Amino acid sequence: MLDRALRLHPQVAVRPEPFGALAYHYGNRRLVFLKHPDMVRVVRSLDEHDTVADTLTACGIDQARWPSFDRALTDLVESEVLVGTDGAP
Amino acid sequence: MSTSLVEQLHGGLDAPICLTWELTYACNLSCVHCLSSSGRRDPRELSTDEAVAVLDELRDLQVFYINIGGGEPMIRRDFFPIVDHAIANGIGVKFSTNGAFIDDEAARRLAAMDYLDIQISLDGTDAPTNDAVRGDGSYDTARRAMDRLAGAGFGPFKISVVVTRHNVDQLDEFQALADSYGAQLRVTRLRPSGRGADSWHELHPTNAQQRQIYQWLLAKGDRVLTGDSFFHLNALGEPLPGLNMCGAGRVVCLIDPIGDVYACPFVIHDQFRAGSVREPGGFTAVWRESELFRSLREPQSAGACASCGSYDACQGGCMAAKFFTGLPLDGPDPECVGGEGELALAGVTSAPRPAMDHTRPGAAPVLFRRK
Ligand code: SF4
Ligand code: SF4
Repeated sequence: MLDRALRLHPQVAVRPEPFGALAYHYGNRRLVFLKHPDMVRVVRSLDEHDTVADTLTACGIDQARWPSFDRALTDLVESEVLVGTDGAP
Repeated sequence: MSTSLVEQLHGGLDAPICLTWELTYACNLSCVHCLSSSGRRDPRELSTDEAVAVLDELRDLQVFYINIGGGEPMIRRDFFPIVDHAIANGIGVKFSTNGAFIDDEAARRLAAMDYLDIQISLDGTDAPTNDAVRGDGSYDTARRAMDRLAGAGFGPFKISVVVTRHNVDQLDEFQALADSYGAQLRVTRLRPSGRGADSWHELHPTNAQQRQIYQWLLAKGDRVLTGDSFFHLNALGEPLPGLNMCGAGRVVCLIDPIGDVYACPFVIHDQFRAGSVREPGGFTAVWRESELFRSLREPQSAGACASCGSYDACQGGCMAAKFFTGLPLDGPDPECVGGEGELALAGVTSAPRPAMDHTRPGAAPVLFRRK
């Protein structure tokens, strides 16, 4: 996942909340919790970078936390909140 | 969902996730369990302009979708303009209907809309079972609406069932009916709200049937929508899918037809009225600042449930179910699977009455007429 280029699905809206944010997919009607403000920053800046790893670096995420981000982002691809910049799931 | 997230949700959100908006108290039916005691239109109903202003506020709050209900929402002449305005502003619409106003033209119009989900209410897989609760002819009406939606190519609509003592054995048949339409099944809990306060005691599933519902949902419920209906059954073991907490005033709320805001659709009573969208500050101020909602977001006491080993799973059940059966809010649910609710109910001498009654004169609840 770390070497992929990802972005928010065009039908997804992100709403800030005290714990992080809520993301809602208008297409598949799924509601997803972004459970940390760092996760929200990462998700919002994905499309400014060529790979997930670049995004994590740019957002100043400590390398030790990368595996957990990798897992969370994989879940978000699974729920179609994130898609590849080439449109691939 | 992680425990910490549930704690976060208990503390409340900047805007609701699950907002129900009953557009009107007017209804062509008189279901015996109607949570809003609907029938007659309330003359104080929000005007189209007021409704549009509320939608604009919800857009600014980034409310992703709203659940529209009633009464029968399609009775409002501005039903389509309201729905159009919501969707045009990025607010998805899920609406509940008895189907009476879905003619071929309405079906085509609904099928052409994006971000719209429809729930047709049906409480029996045959006319006698359904009509005993929802009124004569209502089964045929609902099926006709489903046929029309299917014919218009609406796609997967939802069939919404309130599970009672009399239809609990039909869960497989409901699923088969949904499958036959390519529809999704939604099964919810009967709560003693509105006219349900009077019919609950003879309609709600027995303790043995509660277990039956739990087992059925565990085995076959992965495709079935239930919302927050059955978390009180989690005391039986493995947790069911769905929202496993009472979200009233925290993630859930109701805007009623006259603009009053309540903690949840099942607690239309002064004690749970947080304010009105007509007050200065509108809905946003009510959601964020009302004393009631603030207090609901505080940690709640487990009361008599504190000594129960299942409290973490069941959380004492549904506040509305306790309130309208006269039970203390910090104690067992009336349908507590451990039997604590039944014991507590035996000592109840009086219960609060729903705040309003819009039942049409002469429209005697069907169940009682049949007897
Ligand atoms: S009071 Fe009952 S129906 Fe209302 S939100 Fe809580 S659990 Fe759900
Ligand atoms: S005693 Fe309370 S917590 Fe325990 S199962 Fe009954 S309602 Fe749930």
